[in-house]
Amino acid sequence: MNVSTAGAVQIIIRRELRLSFRRPDQLIQPLMFFLIVTTLFPLALSPQLSVLRDIAPGVLWVGALLSSLLAVEGMFRADADDGTLEQLVLSGHSLTVIVIAKTCAHWLLSGVALVLVAPVMAAALSVPAESFWLIMASLALGTLTLSWLGAIGAALTVGLKRGSVMLSLIVLPLAMPLLIFGASATDRAIHGDSAAGPLYLLGALCLFTSTLAPFAASAALRITME
Amino acid sequence: MKWTWFHKLGSPPYVYRLARSIGPWLYALAALTIGYGVVAGLFFAPADYQQGDAFRIIYVHAPAAWMSLSAYTTMALAGAVALIWRIKIGHAVAAACAPIGASFTLAALITGSLWGRPMWGTFWAWDPRLTSELILMFLYFGVMSLRQAFDDPARGDRTAAVLAIVGVVNVPIIHYSVQWWNSLHQGATVAKFAKPSMPGSMLWPLLSVLLGFMLFFGAVLCTRLRAEVLNRERQSSWIKEALSSR
Repeated sequence: MNVSTAGAVQIIIRRELRLSFRRPDQLIQPLMFFLIVTTLFPLALSPQLSVLRDIAPGVLWVGALLSSLLAVEGMFRADADDGTLEQLVLSGHSLTVIVIAKTCAHWLLSGVALVLVAPVMAAALSVPAESFWLIMASLALGTLTLSWLGAIGAALTVGLKRGSVMLSLIVLPLAMPLLIFGASATDRAIHGDSAAGPLYLLGALCLFTSTLAPFAASAALRITME
Repeated sequence: MKWTWFHKLGSPPYVYRLARSIGPWLYALAALTIGYGVVAGLFFAPADYQQGDAFRIIYVHAPAAWMSLSAYTTMALAGAVALIWRIKIGHAVAAACAPIGASFTLAALITGSLWGRPMWGTFWAWDPRLTSELILMFLYFGVMSLRQAFDDPARGDRTAAVLAIVGVVNVPIIHYSVQWWNSLHQGATVAKFAKPSMPGSMLWPLLSVLLGFMLFFGAVLCTRLRAEVLNRERQSSWIKEALSSR
């Protein structure tokens, strides 16, 4: 059966979505993790609303970073274990396109879910409601970038038995620019300043990783699959 | 025929012998240039009009910071060469580069914080340059531990090469983002002294140490490369020959 590239992308995305709706724990666990981590900070620092509003950008972004690491870990793992990944490699479609499809599907689930949950935690950190849209926009760009970086990390560590520590060791340094601009955009949004500058930079990072990361991730996958 | 020297560089026995013969020269030249730079810098260069004698740590700090970046670039280039043309010796060069570069990074961090103590009143300030140096250290750690993480050394080599290339693309982004981060968050809480344009008596020792560090990097690279090649080629027959021909 011949499938066009666009058809293959569609099939992969649909398959990923269906699989994770059948087993929603992989989707829900990172979200629970995000909720729990953000809850830790008020307990550890101070329940004072003014303090919470000051730390909110950092808390939200560090939480998003860590939970997306958790979500991205299994991106290729299950498919590599049961041989699906080999079939995808042998399908004759470009591995880069396959990586793009899988990463997009991953973001559609974990990234979008995180963006939807974030306002709840932001409200709990006494962030004013007017800034929710900006925070969600910055997190949407940020989680997509994280999905690309995570795809590289997951592809590099897919052959390892205990890959999760290795994954964070690889991805977190690469994600630091993202953290800087994301937290700064959120900070400006909370204080009512114009967040356009850091938001543009987030967009630039997102475009940059979207164009280059698929190639790096597919090269990494090809190495670890050999 | 012009390219034979390049092809020879892909052969482990040739590289081993080359490293063995030029290594000692590099050590000697490095000792000379670093020696001149250190003596001239510590004893003969005039004291800085603002910082007094404390500025003299620049003769170790700046070259180490510079070398930390160029060692990373060398590692990524060697990895790219190995990946693209499938020249295995490139992986050995990359593996040999990583610990040296990480050591230069550590040296830059330590001397930077020692310098920060008298100048800024604190060992660690979240100064953009120090911070990006710290992140560079993390990148080195990532590459080094990824290489070790695989049971199959060839696979570890190639994944580490991919990560090094991804990292080298990221280094400028990290550098600028960290610079903007500090200017975005707060004004200059730590007054960064404006870099004075140096008189020659200060500058020449610095350049000499820089050249010396490059030579030293090359020299240590030769030593480490020999160890890497010996370890990787321990099954081949030329090893015995090469070791007995000394």
